[in-house]
Amino acid sequence: MTSEGAGPRAGQRGQRAEMAHRSRAGDARIALRCLRGIVVREGLRFVHQRGRFLSALVRPLVWLFIFAAGFRSVLGVSIIPPYQTYVLYEEYITPGLAGMILLFNGMQSSLSMVYDREMGSMRVLLSSPMPRWFLLIGKLIAGVMVALVQVYVFLAIAWFWDVRPPLPGYLFAIPALVLTGLMLGALGLALSSFIRQLENFAGVMNFVIFPMFFASSALYPLWRLRDSSELLYRICLGNPFTHGVELVRHALYGAFHLPSALIVAAFTAVFLALAIVGYDPLRGSLARRGGPAGPPIGKGA
Amino acid sequence: MPPDSDLAAGSKPSPPPALRVESLSFAYGSVLALDAVSLTVPRGSFAALVGANGAGKTTLFSIVTGLFSAGGGRVSIVGHDLAARSRAALSAMGVVFQKPTLDNDLSVRQNLAYFADLHGLPRALARARIAAGLERHGVEGMAERKAGSLSGGQRRRVELARSLLHRPALLLMDEPTVGLDIASRSGFVQHVRSLVDDGEVGVLWATHIADEIRADDQVHVLDRGRLLASGTLQSLLAAHGAGDVADLARRLGAQPVSGA
Repeated sequence: MTSEGAGPRAGQRGQRAEMAHRSRAGDARIALRCLRGIVVREGLRFVHQRGRFLSALVRPLVWLFIFAAGFRSVLGVSIIPPYQTYVLYEEYITPGLAGMILLFNGMQSSLSMVYDREMGSMRVLLSSPMPRWFLLIGKLIAGVMVALVQVYVFLAIAWFWDVRPPLPGYLFAIPALVLTGLMLGALGLALSSFIRQLENFAGVMNFVIFPMFFASSALYPLWRLRDSSELLYRICLGNPFTHGVELVRHALYGAFHLPSALIVAAFTAVFLALAIVGYDPLRGSLARRGGPAGPPIGKGA
Repeated sequence: MPPDSDLAAGSKPSPPPALRVESLSFAYGSVLALDAVSLTVPRGSFAALVGANGAGKTTLFSIVTGLFSAGGGRVSIVGHDLAARSRAALSAMGVVFQKPTLDNDLSVRQNLAYFADLHGLPRALARARIAAGLERHGVEGMAERKAGSLSGGQRRRVELARSLLHRPALLLMDEPTVGLDIASRSGFVQHVRSLVDDGEVGVLWATHIADEIRADDQVHVLDRGRLLASGTLQSLLAAHGAGDVADLARRLGAQPVSGA
């Protein structure tokens, strides 16, 4: 029961709470529309660039059809988790090749960021009202959505090549693929933030994509590497891509690999922080010029 | 939260200007690009930011659009402080950048729909505004064409339509006629002026082309990062005994601006 004077005050409080609730709901709707716009645009760009789709697909298929067939008799894979039995080499490298798609796509989205920056359309994105961190994460999610389509088309083709993980594995793999895709996309974003021109970026790719891919468990189990070099084994163990591949591999076979999940999540957070901090055009510009940045008054990260 | 308008007790608050820039400074490393620049663009007015290449016009725009963070000073758009309330400030601002920013691979409609999504417009409203905007800016038959297939003048009109989709109170135009032929340039300037005459937006038009400025326009002369003079063109010409904008720039000691 309220007193005579408390009634209007309670009513005002209620109105304010209602307005705040509506405002939050409105904010969420606006954020979702913004995210939708970024994802749809990335999808449309992907559809319009059919060559990009084909090359993204041909690359892992060449590895699966040719490389794996050639090495099947050379590289035997013993029973290691998550496999319950001996598996053919094609089956072993399929999760690694799915990771390869995510890796190349993460770098491709970075290329897209550099291209956008050079063409000026990044200005349209960054001068829109949502905060910069949101816009960059939106770009990242859009890239992962495009990569997911590629991965599942690849897995469908691999199924006809007799690489057939249990059906529920295809479902379990989604979160693993998304998390790994986010990590690699965030790495790409972080790299693109510190690279000034497209030409330099192409050079850096050679120092990132290939070392990450080959120094991982994508193509060979780590115990085999350890037989030949303890140092190389340690390097592979410290490679975040290794853990992304293992996360996807386990998920495809219905298992959850907690250490890999934690490591991938941690690297995602670090790469994302670097990408968001690094994408400030002023900070990047001044860092390259060797000058100090003043206190920001523009749109912050 | 209300914008930072003048709320004097007992008097009707005056509406804040479309753009207020106070003591804005910026440096590329050790090179000072803007030195304590202050200017105001009232609502529903056309203001010209005049300066030669390298005067600091694009840097100023980059800060006002939130792309760069300034070393000092304050920017507010319709009373919303850009630092404290960037979302509200940027929601009230439209911009046509100096370099083309349409995605060549997408159609005109897809480009505009993307922008509408970035500003959180509901789909139905966006569709209606896109159709109306394209018609109003004379590019209604080009909705399904790839942006890459448009002429320079058409692209500018599409970019203008895009920048107004969310009904901003401030329109920034960074040398938007660069690269256009004389006929397209003249038509485009007149078109933007008609928007101002309708009272829709306040426009800050950066240019180094004197012919684009009228006698009653508010003019801000920027040179090597410093604001040398502000006022209507006719008052500045009279005060400095200058015959035209190029002459005014010369008398102010600024780098030469183009007469055409």
